[in-house]
Amino acid sequence: MTTPYTLVDWVLGDGAGWLARFIGAILVWAVPITGFVSFVGLLSIWLERKISAHIQCRLGPMEVGPHGALQTVADGVKLLAKEDIIPADADRILFAFAPMLAFAGTIVGFAVVPFGPGLIVADLDIGLFYLAAVGSLEAIGVIAAGWASNNKWSLFGSVRAATQVVSYEIPMGLAFVTIAALAGTLSMVGIVEQQQGWIANWFLFRNPFTWVAFIIYYIAALAECKRAPFDLPEAESELVSGFHTEYSGMRFAIFFLAEYAQMYVVSAVAAVLFLGGWYTGIAPLDAAIGGGTAGMVVGAGVIVTKSFLLVCVQMWLRWTLPRIRLDQMMYLCLKVLMPFGMLTLVGSTVWEHFLPSPAIVKDGGGWTGNTVMTGVVVAAIGTVALVAYVRSVIRATPSLRAASNS
Amino acid sequence: MSAILDAIRAKFPAHVMAVHDRLGQETVTVGADGLRPLVEWLRTPEGGSYEFLVDLAGVDGMNLGWKTHRFEVVYHFRNMENGRRLRVRAALPAVDPHLPTVSDLWRCANWFEREVWDMFGVRFDGHPNLKRILTHHRFVGHALRKDYFVKDQQWLDDGAESLMDELGDYGENPDDGGFSELVPVNIGPAHPATHGTLRILAKLDGETIVKAVQEIGYLHRAFEKHSEVGTWTQVIPYTDRLNYCSAMLNNVAYCAGVERLLGIDVPERCQAIRVIVGEMSRIIDHLVCIGAALVDLGALTNFWYAFAIREKAYVALEGLCGARLTSSYVRIGGVSDDLNPAFIEQVRDFCRELPKAVDDILGLVKKNRIFLDRVVGVGIMPRDEALSWGFTGPCLRASGIGYDIRKAEPYSGYDRYDFSVPTRTEGDTAARFFVRFDEMIESMRIIEQALDKLPSGPVFSTDRRVVPPAKTDVYKNIEALMNHFVLVYDGIKVPKGESYMATEGANGELGFYLVSDGSGRPYRVRVRPPCFPIFGALPRLVEGSMVADAVAVLGSLNIIAGELDR
Repeated sequence: MTTPYTLVDWVLGDGAGWLARFIGAILVWAVPITGFVSFVGLLSIWLERKISAHIQCRLGPMEVGPHGALQTVADGVKLLAKEDIIPADADRILFAFAPMLAFAGTIVGFAVVPFGPGLIVADLDIGLFYLAAVGSLEAIGVIAAGWASNNKWSLFGSVRAATQVVSYEIPMGLAFVTIAALAGTLSMVGIVEQQQGWIANWFLFRNPFTWVAFIIYYIAALAECKRAPFDLPEAESELVSGFHTEYSGMRFAIFFLAEYAQMYVVSAVAAVLFLGGWYTGIAPLDAAIGGGTAGMVVGAGVIVTKSFLLVCVQMWLRWTLPRIRLDQMMYLCLKVLMPFGMLTLVGSTVWEHFLPSPAIVKDGGGWTGNTVMTGVVVAAIGTVALVAYVRSVIRATPSLRAASNS
Repeated sequence: MSAILDAIRAKFPAHVMAVHDRLGQETVTVGADGLRPLVEWLRTPEGGSYEFLVDLAGVDGMNLGWKTHRFEVVYHFRNMENGRRLRVRAALPAVDPHLPTVSDLWRCANWFEREVWDMFGVRFDGHPNLKRILTHHRFVGHALRKDYFVKDQQWLDDGAESLMDELGDYGENPDDGGFSELVPVNIGPAHPATHGTLRILAKLDGETIVKAVQEIGYLHRAFEKHSEVGTWTQVIPYTDRLNYCSAMLNNVAYCAGVERLLGIDVPERCQAIRVIVGEMSRIIDHLVCIGAALVDLGALTNFWYAFAIREKAYVALEGLCGARLTSSYVRIGGVSDDLNPAFIEQVRDFCRELPKAVDDILGLVKKNRIFLDRVVGVGIMPRDEALSWGFTGPCLRASGIGYDIRKAEPYSGYDRYDFSVPTRTEGDTAARFFVRFDEMIESMRIIEQALDKLPSGPVFSTDRRVVPPAKTDVYKNIEALMNHFVLVYDGIKVPKGESYMATEGANGELGFYLVSDGSGRPYRVRVRPPCFPIFGALPRLVEGSMVADAVAVLGSLNIIAGELDR
């Protein structure tokens, strides 16, 4: 395997020494990534407002900028100008430190999230493991915020956040392992490169179990982002505002930004693990684009688009579903998702043993027996589910029930 | 004289001071000693099975010329099988008035008796927690006594009561200096889920509520005291502010109560109009309840679906009476204006669109596993306890008792319409939600029928005692001018007497117990707020469940602070 070609190498060239690479990494990280995170935050908040508005038959912000596009900027300015309130008897140091911790916990995740072929801060060999490790760092910021606020509601929020972390991490880890076992690597770039070629090579379509792994991952990711239906640590109708009840102004804005950045991270990871990363899924098209700068630009566009589509699904879910209860969240994560995650891991590896997919399909092949079998199994499961649904509808509708009995 | 009154007189000859059945309302006045045996006997089958304590209120008879006593505590009972009502008035002296409590017989009496203590200073012996309930805990005097001058305001600026004494030492370890692992938490009065100003102090074990107590009165505006100041007509705007989500229903309830006391009937067209605006208010109220409760559950989009259709109803009502929230549309003896054609068209539109809106909201929740997990089996009020807690309205019907005053004791011509009373048996939060959904559709059917057979004719009674003469007459002849002048200045002369009028409010039985001394000003306006006993039962519903459940339960009860605190 060749040396991973990263963003730093792209800026500095191949011959840089370790010190230059170290400083370069910091600079490369600090400037474009922070800028990108801010952009993602602004865009996501605007998207959230518009999507929620249109779901709710409203227009949303319309005054500041075209279709309210600059509303978030205006709000940012307002939040900057607001008084920074630290409650009396709060743990001042921890109170000030907590938002930074949460934000840092999110932004370090960007280190291994690729933005395109070669556009990655650090292609770690243990990328996926690193992601799982730092993913919960944000929760520590949240827990610290609730603890430092000297407010019972905040404390409840942070305890909920802690409960949530230990619940969603396990199924999420199982989903990671399922893909890692298929890919044979933990490197994010390595995982993406195994999905090139036709769309059938995406890990989502590798075997029927990866579908389940994707769903498990996505549910766990919702919990990681503290998004509805898992917005328990905030739960504004129950815990006032949960962990950030006492936060105002810029500190609150940083929490907000961290949440939206986290949404992007988990969506980008989903795109990398399951949806073919920067590949379009059309082998001749990828081949035509080729590598180099064009490949980078198109690849970046593809992966950012995929990520934002998943972000939009998160928003769609938030404005559709009620909030789950704490014990139900634990039940779901530990008693439903975890057994299914284990089954998925075992099933996926067994499937791979008997019906191995070609190691790396560069020539656009990949419509193999594996794919056909996957299709057959998915179709069978789909048919069973459809029949079950129709039966339940018939059972629930008296007129139909009478008709089917006669 | 009716059989039950004769039976009571025969059974308790030493205690019964007077009986009457004026206006068809059977009433017994007993001495304080006789109250407890009488009400215990009334609960039994031979006593008439008056098992539902509807209302419990005080009256200060200082200016009524009672010779033998000054205070009365008035109990309203209802037999749930045959619908007969009975009023028991317990006579109390001016000095140290006290009565035995009935809070061990009816759970709702606990709060009602506290209110009587708060407002009249009547002690209830054996009451478990006889504290002030609506006024501040430092308040001096008893506000509804006639010798408490209405402008005697008191400056009370220390904070809320700690309530820790009510919470008790539950969970404390006496060996460890009273240390407790349980966390007391104030839910409210400024909490997003309380929507108004309620306070619940809960002791939590983790997130499980092991004990909860409530405090109310943050929105107490002395409605009942205020009503005694002006004329009967001037009370109407205050009634808007009781349940401000369905102001029309309060208007109708009050005016119908005064009309019963006056003994006048309103024209059929007026009755139909009252039904239309009342049912629209009921739909608005249910939409607000469902929308807000679902927001509490985290389902924010339903709120907009509910409020989009509610807006149509409000636009129609605004066109009718000029106000959206505080309508003040109904008058004693009629309604302020006749319907306009645009209103009828808007209401028809509203009725056309309502089923779609209800379906939209239901579509998001009806089969939603998360929603159902949050509400099914949560906050159950069993059928056999619901009446004792004083539940009425949708909350009672969710527990399996199909008691709806529109059906049981029709007023405003409700017997002319074909509608059903949606009932569920589970008694849980889900049942309370779905009963409200079904009721909206039934209300819509009533509105459509009322519009279809809307009678023509006047919208005002012709009784000169209550109706001012036409403006043209007032300007042209002296008799009409004087009639108008007297009606405005002295108010409507309601004959001396008392009356209880029950109507079906959006939250349950909205009753007005009115006492008149014949002077043209209300002597006593007692409103039976449906929320009051329902909120009293909150600890019963939430203890043992989680904070999130308490929020769901609170949403499904639809507590309106304006009505709760008056």
